[in-house]
Amino acid sequence: MSRSPRTLWQVFRAPLLLAVLSMIGLVAALIGDGLLDLLSWLALGSTLLVIAWYWSRPSG
Amino acid sequence: MNVKLWFLIHKWSSLVCTLFLLMLCITGLPLIFHHELEHLLEDEVEAPAMPTDTPMASLDVLSERARSARPGDVIRFMFWDDEDHPNQTFVSLAPTQDAKAEEARTLVLDSRTGALLDEPGPPGGFLYIMFKLHVDLFAGLPGMLFLGFMGLLFVVAIISGVVLYAPFMRKLDFGTVRRERSSRLQWLDLHNLLGVVTLVWALVVGLTGAINTLSPIVVGLWQQGQLAAMTADYAERPAPEQIGSVQQALDTASASAEGMHLSLIAWPGSQFSSPHHYGVFFRGDTPLTSRLLQPVLVDASAGHALEPEALPWYVQTLLLSQPLHFGDYGGMPLKVIWALLDIITIVVLISGLYLWLGRRTSAARRVEEINNGGQEAQP
Repeated sequence: MSRSPRTLWQVFRAPLLLAVLSMIGLVAALIGDGLLDLLSWLALGSTLLVIAWYWSRPSG
Repeated sequence: MNVKLWFLIHKWSSLVCTLFLLMLCITGLPLIFHHELEHLLEDEVEAPAMPTDTPMASLDVLSERARSARPGDVIRFMFWDDEDHPNQTFVSLAPTQDAKAEEARTLVLDSRTGALLDEPGPPGGFLYIMFKLHVDLFAGLPGMLFLGFMGLLFVVAIISGVVLYAPFMRKLDFGTVRRERSSRLQWLDLHNLLGVVTLVWALVVGLTGAINTLSPIVVGLWQQGQLAAMTADYAERPAPEQIGSVQQALDTASASAEGMHLSLIAWPGSQFSSPHHYGVFFRGDTPLTSRLLQPVLVDASAGHALEPEALPWYVQTLLLSQPLHFGDYGGMPLKVIWALLDIITIVVLISGLYLWLGRRTSAARRVEEINNGGQEAQP
């Protein structure tokens, strides 16, 4: 853990990426079926993987 | 930035809505899978197999069938759900057009033969209880609007939580969960991680849920607005004593809705039409347009259709809010993701409650902790 204070961008870049993925996931399945459904599952499901990863890893 | 103010906003908006949100998350969980559970719990009917090109019976035959099954009742709506209930026609009847929702019954007919497939009794059972708790706490419109307000507080709690996330995370890496120091710190870090990762989903589901609670008001606005304007010429006339064939009304309406699918027919005088018209509602066939309806009003005695108009933006917003709240538009995997995100939201709510209940320090100390970049303030 580095001690220098994070900039706003550093704090929010990961949440922002997940927010964009969530939006893609929410919209994709709405505008079509098939591949767009798959995109939706992957994009929205990525938030679950991120949670699983940070929750299960040893203390950071 | 005034961290203290945002801390108080986050604390109070959360505290007021948390127990209701917990109830909504828990009752919402089985509702995500209501179709599958209905199948399992409530031995749902299916139309018998027949050659796929068997034509639909005339709607006049179907409505006659429904009326004879419930003499004394009037038909309010007929509706269809080809995806989940192929070859079934649902007919909603009630003692009068403006009867209370509890007095209405929905019959299920075979669309091809008119055979009565199911005549459910008064609503009840596990899913009905979950549904009523989730929608209006068994308290009608006031309960609905109250839950909508709780949904808005939830949105405020999420936004204020994100604002506090910025100073809190100044000295921490994304995803940090400090486990060895104290259980409070571990749950604080988890609360922040789970909350910020599920941010957009929770915002969308919270906001669309609040919008859905406005549905009776939206329908009322449409009746007073567009519907009244479209049928202004009829306003002075008494309601027709004899109404014409519903099948003919459908045939007439279909001419102005080419390539669309039938979704619902509202009888004259019902909630979704004027006293003089059949309201025939069509839907598109993509996941998006299948949720957006196009009504065609057909004069119930003279038989001609009015020039169709697209539904106003507030009705479209409501219609679009439904799938985004239910998560029922992307197959079973999306439902499972919806359920998991729902469970994570429960963890965020409970951890928030735990952090508040287990507080041993003053609000000032916790504001200082946030200002210190998540490092506990020195005594």
